[in-house]
Amino acid sequence: MRVLAAMSGGVDSAVAAARAHAAGHDVTGVHLALARNPQTYRTGARGCCTLEDSRDARRAADVIGIPFYVWDMAEQFHANVVDDFVAEYAAGRTPNPCLRCNEKIKFEAVLDRAVALGFDAVVTGHHARLGADGWLRRSVDQGKDQSYVLAVLTRAQLDRAVFPLGDSTKAQVREEAAARGLAVADKPDSHDICFIADGDTQGFLQRQLGSAPGDIVDGRTGERLGSHDGAYGFTVGQRKGLDLRVPAADGRPRYVLSITPVTNTVTVGPREDLEVSVIEAGKVIWHGSSTPLECEVQLRAHGEVYPATVTVEGDTLTARLASPARGVAAGQAIVAYQGDAVLGSATINAAVPLAAARA
Amino acid sequence: MLDEALAAYVAAAREAGNASSLHAAGRHARRTVEESRERIAAAVGARPSEVIFTSGGTESDNLAVKGIFWARRASSLNRSRVVASAVEHHAVMDTAEWLGAHEGAQLSWLPVDANGRVDPASLGELLEAYGEEIAVVSVQSANNEVGTIQPVAELARLAAQAGVPFHTDAVQALGQIPVDFTAGGAAAMTITGHKVGGPVGVGALLLGRDVACTPLLHGGGQERDVRSGTLDTAGVAAFATAVEIAVKGQAAYAERVGSLRDDLVRRVVAAVPDAILNGDPADRLAGNAHFSFPGCEGDALLLLLDAQGVCCSTGSACSAGVAQPSHVLLAMGADEDRARSSLRFTLGHTSTMTDIDELLAALPGAVERARRATAWKTPR
Repeated sequence: MRVLAAMSGGVDSAVAAARAHAAGHDVTGVHLALARNPQTYRTGARGCCTLEDSRDARRAADVIGIPFYVWDMAEQFHANVVDDFVAEYAAGRTPNPCLRCNEKIKFEAVLDRAVALGFDAVVTGHHARLGADGWLRRSVDQGKDQSYVLAVLTRAQLDRAVFPLGDSTKAQVREEAAARGLAVADKPDSHDICFIADGDTQGFLQRQLGSAPGDIVDGRTGERLGSHDGAYGFTVGQRKGLDLRVPAADGRPRYVLSITPVTNTVTVGPREDLEVSVIEAGKVIWHGSSTPLECEVQLRAHGEVYPATVTVEGDTLTARLASPARGVAAGQAIVAYQGDAVLGSATINAAVPLAAARA
Repeated sequence: MLDEALAAYVAAAREAGNASSLHAAGRHARRTVEESRERIAAAVGARPSEVIFTSGGTESDNLAVKGIFWARRASSLNRSRVVASAVEHHAVMDTAEWLGAHEGAQLSWLPVDANGRVDPASLGELLEAYGEEIAVVSVQSANNEVGTIQPVAELARLAAQAGVPFHTDAVQALGQIPVDFTAGGAAAMTITGHKVGGPVGVGALLLGRDVACTPLLHGGGQERDVRSGTLDTAGVAAFATAVEIAVKGQAAYAERVGSLRDDLVRRVVAAVPDAILNGDPADRLAGNAHFSFPGCEGDALLLLLDAQGVCCSTGSACSAGVAQPSHVLLAMGADEDRARSSLRFTLGHTSTMTDIDELLAALPGAVERARRATAWKTPR
């Protein structure tokens, strides 16, 4: 196959490209320049969008012996990932920009361009398996598994994706990189959001959205407990940073239960009020058989899984959890698994509290 | 590197000796350096004392623009204006901008016409307006992207009449068009080795004997006290050999490669009827063919042609390797889309008709495919 390897400058994508090349594919490496001004994105070993990362990717491509180019995806990235990230927070939701980047950049903008230029598939260094049976599955390295942020891909996108690392642990990938003479073998993993240089998400949102003072209210009594500078500063399940002067009657800590952008209100309450048992989600991608179906669902990246009964009707996915989950934020993905295999994915719109579901 | 230049390099590199040393080995190296200086001077119409060896074009451009600016401003504080064309190589453009940002220089950019050519009248107007306040004027002999040859003799004459030093970056011109330092009337001229089949890392600034120039590099003062650093005897010897050969063969080269290039242009325009030839259609470097392919992105076209063994360039690349729209094409009045749709094919000594046949076999399909691939830009 003629394949395009997206090379971030990190060890995973370098080994993925090397494996595709070793498997006999005609591989071309591409580094995606995602920042309008590369210096403004995070620097050093943490990143994937800096000039240093671009050089690391080029160096790896030279060692592997494949052609290498830089594609300027800054406009698409900004419009589809950064602006969406800000808009989602403004709407009281908690987005996952890595998922969005896979959906809109790597497997849409890049894949479309690659196909138009005559490539058959896009290779990435994601830790997930995509076998001959077509099912997307978790990586054998459970700690590094990225199937959650890939589950948003459609059948057509998966059909043109190659993930060569899914059968290896991260440690094996690093060993192989060293054995192949790739200088990125011991480059640290990236963790944070690549377009927030200093890792300060709240500061970033503050600069983007400005100050918007509003009330913090008690979810049970409706009593006004305090004020905030912007509802986007809060995530469902958050405990710290509420800065409430009035202690709860029972003295127990309070958590963010919900964010209502229309009234710019943050609602708080005790931990048990975070518990939800029914989740409704839209923008459904479904590969599984007919529902209702007993399976497991994952509600955030690297989060725990919950046994659930999932029903898909039209573009709505409803999950009834066998045991309640806490701190489920709208905007995050719900991904359904059967064992290691991804059945489908959807974006959480609403989580119904345990109390309401019982009623 | 040319075989002859490589042979000269190896012969000189075998010899020990620092050209600045007084012992026998040093004297031997000194002789090689000075003979090389004389050979280069003879080839480019300069006096030997006017040849200042440097590490290449970038250093020579920096030395000329900064050094002459500093020396002129030292003689009079209000001589602080730098004039350069809008299509200079970054080695001149960024140097001028640095002087503006850090040394209080005022900058004037000479505009170009749609073919990328500077109109001497525009320099005349600036000289009229600012006169002695201009510290230095720098205009390239030929453009490195679109190949347009600039009217440097006329520009140099206007500057000289006003008493203002004129520098020209002739890196692209040497060996491609006739170059004569004295007859051309410039105060300073940049040349470099690797563009004429010599080694990378050695070049020269031709600097008129009466032109004051403050050094960039301080130390032993080896080169007329304008440039310090132990000379690379072998590099200098190879550079001299390459310059001699390039100048001697210039006319025959221009005729042979120019006719190949004309053939390439004709066939490209026949195969892709809406392709636009950028740069002056007649007054251009023999080996340069630069096109815009409307509806294509240059980097997509490059990828497709590269995969078929055709090497070409999209123009200037920025530090991250992302192709930025060329400042040269923008200065010529092209919009960003046209600037991004551009590709340069460079022919040289080793180019043959077979190369052009191979390009033309690959080009129409690549253009068609690259046009389809621009759909990815459309937002959903």
